[in-house]
Amino acid sequence: MTTTTLKEQAGHPTLTRGERWTLLQQKIAPYLFISPFLILFAVFGLYPILKSIQLSTYVTNGPKDAVFIGLGNFRYLLHDADFHTAVRNTVTYAFWTVCLQLPLALGLALLLSQPWIRGREWFRLAFFSPNLLGQVFVGVLFSVLFIPQYGLLNRFLHWATAGGIALDTKWLADPALIMPALVLTSLWMYVGFNMIYFLAALQAVDKELYEAATVDGANSWQQFLAVTVPGIRPVATFVLVTSTIGSFQLFELPYTLLNNTAGPNNAGLTVVMYLYNNGFVSGDLGYASAVGWTLALGVLLISVIQMRITGTFKGANE
Amino acid sequence: MTTADATTTPASATPASAAPAPPRLRPLAVGGRILIYVMLCLATVSALTPVVWLLAASTKGPQDLFSHTFFAVEWGKVGGITLPVGIRATLKNFQELFTTVPFFRYILNSVFFASTSVVVQLFLSSLAGYGLAKYDFWGKKAVMILMISTLMIPGQVTMAPAYELLYRFGFVDTYHGLIIPGAVSVFGIFLFRQAFLQVPNELIHAARIDGCSEFRIYWDVVMPVSRPMVGAFCLISFMGAWNSFLWPQILLHTNTRYTLPIGLNQMVGLYQQQYGMLMAGTLISVLPVIVLFLLLQREFVAGLTAGAVKG
Repeated sequence: MTTTTLKEQAGHPTLTRGERWTLLQQKIAPYLFISPFLILFAVFGLYPILKSIQLSTYVTNGPKDAVFIGLGNFRYLLHDADFHTAVRNTVTYAFWTVCLQLPLALGLALLLSQPWIRGREWFRLAFFSPNLLGQVFVGVLFSVLFIPQYGLLNRFLHWATAGGIALDTKWLADPALIMPALVLTSLWMYVGFNMIYFLAALQAVDKELYEAATVDGANSWQQFLAVTVPGIRPVATFVLVTSTIGSFQLFELPYTLLNNTAGPNNAGLTVVMYLYNNGFVSGDLGYASAVGWTLALGVLLISVIQMRITGTFKGANE
Repeated sequence: MTTADATTTPASATPASAAPAPPRLRPLAVGGRILIYVMLCLATVSALTPVVWLLAASTKGPQDLFSHTFFAVEWGKVGGITLPVGIRATLKNFQELFTTVPFFRYILNSVFFASTSVVVQLFLSSLAGYGLAKYDFWGKKAVMILMISTLMIPGQVTMAPAYELLYRFGFVDTYHGLIIPGAVSVFGIFLFRQAFLQVPNELIHAARIDGCSEFRIYWDVVMPVSRPMVGAFCLISFMGAWNSFLWPQILLHTNTRYTLPIGLNQMVGLYQQQYGMLMAGTLISVLPVIVLFLLLQREFVAGLTAGAVKG
């Protein structure tokens, strides 16, 4: 609407040259403003996306040598035992982190949102702080915290369980313990981060709704179900979906924790690590693209299911 | 007993929040409050302990590293009572770090990469965000739809073709190869668009009447009033670049071009047993982000949750 009036005005004979320039400028400005983005986006965003579809049907050796094999990459992928391990590990990790992380984050947020809490900012700062450390740095730090005999974690657990957990528990060398170690580390990193979202959502819930519920004689549990849960549902869905997506892209943490390996019995092999190893260590970029698309479609499917269950689409239409 | 406390506390606390003057607390409520503080403190301790340990470990000599859990506290008798009189600390780990590996170079590389990324991303993302927030133009809807749809495709999909492309451009093992492909972030554009939508149109009209060019309006009027979002975005994009590992790991091949995550990760393989040195390197690597965060904390939390809560 604005553009048509501008156009009419621009052609108006009574406008001075300066005014005409101003209006012309207003029309071309948005194109100039978004053009750097569009150009970069076309070259480094859109082109690689389209190209990766094509590339996924080739077997390649480095960037120069490619042979068309149709859906061969996907067929190979479905039968590769290592890929199965990677998927199993990634799904297990995603399941446990999301199931443990969200209740913990919501619980902390509920505690912190009590109106009488003093020093809320300080608690929030402390809870959030682990998230400032990149996964690589956390991986290096925790690889030392996890060491047998002297590691802080084993010392603490040994003391806390009165010797129930052995001092020489090998968190990163025992295939059965690698997953718990990964989940524990990611809880440390991300619970506070997700708590920030829940806290913001809880503080945005209309206080009058609680008053009304109290007047109606609702107890705290009923208030939680009737007022808090609907109030935080959009944010809870956002946290659920984003943390699931993040979990499925796990790479740096196990890679650095396990000293650039997939761990014994591939117990720390994730889908992205599998992609990295095949694409950039072995040099098959075509296969890496196939793995990438498989991951993307899997994540998309799970996100859609999650949004279906939490009723996000329904909410959006209302 | 404990669980009963935990579940009843919100009941007594929530109505109190509604009333301006909270009613006198029952003993159970007091117990509940103490319990909540205890739980919050426990969570705080578990969040901070690894970082405190890191600080301690990087300042301890090899003889103290595992014999003291945290800092190597020295005890002495003061007037017959045993008291902590000092901490045995050393900078040897740091000295070792800078002499065994080109760690200073890694720091410079990371600083250069991260700060250049922030400046470029901030400028291009906010500019595009402004274009999308305050103008109606042909094709705007198509651009928005395109952006949203690519947000759903994870970066791993495009890694292989992007590498191939950079290889053809001769960008492998260079910093422009790291910076240019990530120069605009779709996420950042959305963040800025959201922030700029809040800027009153009257302000922009007034600037236009005063004869400001469109770019001057963006630069001198809209950006300054959106300072919180600028602060938040700077921190988010600095963290993203500073902590990024996979893409630099793929792209950089020369040791002297490594950024901190790549350099440190390689050190772990080479000097596995030199914990003190590794922890010193980790400490240096995480400090800049922590400092920046403390400076921009308020803006950051506001920016982080803006999209999720309002949108």
